[in-house]
Amino acid sequence: MIEVFDPSMVNWARGQFALTILYHFLFVPLTLGMTFIIAIMETLYYKTQDEFWKNTVQFWVKLLAINFAIGVATGIIMEFEFGTNWANYSWFVGDIFGAPLAIEGIFAFFMEATFFAVVFFGRNRVTKRFQLMSTWFAAIGSNLSALWILIANGWMQNPVGTTFNLDLARNEMTDFFAIVFNPSASVRFVHVISSAYIASALFVIGVSSWYLLKNRHVRFAKASIMVAASFGFLAAIFVATLGDQSGYTVAQTQPMKMAAMESLYIGERGAGALVLGYPDPAKKLGDGSKGIAINIEIPYLLSIMANRDPYSFVPGIEDLVYGNEKEGIEGVASKMRKGKMAKNAMFDYKAAKSKKDEVGATQAKQMFEQYGNYLGYAHFDNPEELVPPVGIVFWSFHIMVGLGVSFIMLTALFLFYSRNNKLMKKRWLLHWGCWWSLMGILAIELGWIVAEVGRQPWAVQDLLPVKIAVSNLSTGNVQFTFFGFLILFTILAVAEVRIMLRAIKNGPEGV
Amino acid sequence: MILAKKVFYFYIDGFRNMKEGKTLWLIIGIKLFVMFAIIRVFFYPAAVTKDFSTEQKSEHFYKQFSR
Repeated sequence: MIEVFDPSMVNWARGQFALTILYHFLFVPLTLGMTFIIAIMETLYYKTQDEFWKNTVQFWVKLLAINFAIGVATGIIMEFEFGTNWANYSWFVGDIFGAPLAIEGIFAFFMEATFFAVVFFGRNRVTKRFQLMSTWFAAIGSNLSALWILIANGWMQNPVGTTFNLDLARNEMTDFFAIVFNPSASVRFVHVISSAYIASALFVIGVSSWYLLKNRHVRFAKASIMVAASFGFLAAIFVATLGDQSGYTVAQTQPMKMAAMESLYIGERGAGALVLGYPDPAKKLGDGSKGIAINIEIPYLLSIMANRDPYSFVPGIEDLVYGNEKEGIEGVASKMRKGKMAKNAMFDYKAAKSKKDEVGATQAKQMFEQYGNYLGYAHFDNPEELVPPVGIVFWSFHIMVGLGVSFIMLTALFLFYSRNNKLMKKRWLLHWGCWWSLMGILAIELGWIVAEVGRQPWAVQDLLPVKIAVSNLSTGNVQFTFFGFLILFTILAVAEVRIMLRAIKNGPEGV
Repeated sequence: MILAKKVFYFYIDGFRNMKEGKTLWLIIGIKLFVMFAIIRVFFYPAAVTKDFSTEQKSEHFYKQFSR
């Protein structure tokens, strides 16, 4: 085991995990959403007994199968990395992470493996009713798998329902339902799956638009667009209205992330949400400037989103770093002091225990219980280390929101012209549909960047910094595997995309 | 037994009748081979093959936490 820690290794390990998730999440949203679109189409087949719907379903199932197979392998790689690159993290989170992942594994194995097999292989071999039921169960099962992953992620963003075991130096679950119903997890789950529905709807619309532009499989394409546009429009409206709840949860649990999303350096009462503007590149922390160039905003909106009160105070990055006594905001320096007291208490406890000094151990434990919530701050020497990369978070958030607005418009237009049967005449819309077919996935990737980069430098909010979460490996090892994954993933992704494109080019059979 | 046989052939025939699927499974196989047979065995042997006790893991974490 390497005893001298190499700090550059953190960034390589972080980059490798980001790379893996980035690839993994190219495929997951389509599985989550397309299963429901297929289930709706299968229901139409069951109701109408029209062979057209059966053939329509078969084509989308083929694309789903290609996508599904790719996602499975990338997911395995991610879990492997927890053990190799993030061993300290894996130990620290203990059963909090293990339980949801185990439940996810059971769901994934039993529900997905069973019902996806029927969806993929069952046509003409099982009854129509069982085929329909399996399609819906596959959709529900894959979404439930996502639920458990997001519960685990929600805990990292807002650790609740646990206590830290000083003897073992790991967290233990004390309230399962607090973890399951963690506001950070439930909001995240609904936001992610709704976004996945939009991404899938856009994919179906994009492929179908291409057929219409080529004047191929016209009835199939129009029917697919009708189903996907209806589904996508509802999901897009849902995401937009739910955005308010997401903002509220982030503001309450991770105010630094919220401030970075809006590039809000100096907090204010009645804060507005930015409509047009960008972070000032000349901004230096603590220089007193606003940190935003061009500032066109909707008055009071940020205060309403953050606190449900138009006149409330929304803290900026400088308030959170240096503190704001007037508004009752504790600065990082004070939290660092408390964190160091918690860390000292942790080691005092360990020392007392090894000397069998029960009185000393009890005193140390009491001290830890008082300051344990600040434990992670012990690892920082400079309060400014607590600021995430503002530019990346800001642009990812605002591009994501812009794309979200475009999705509402696009799906509404497709729905409108589908209902009026005028799609073939609107070639500009069909071109837009083609170009936007993968924009839903881009928006999801950007959302993930907001969620994960926005909470830096934390692996577990306030408790475990990323630099401590990482395994003590050599940089060379991680560099090698990073480039190995990059080359391998890219070659295989190209091969897989070619398979997908070939299937699309061949088109559906019998419609 | 008959049910188990039916389920077995359900999967076998399903895989046998796949067209694009065969190439995909080959790709997935290559991925898993690289991950588990090459990277795991040759690049992380000490970290993933040794079975540490709970106390050892806890001690190691304490050491890491003190850095």
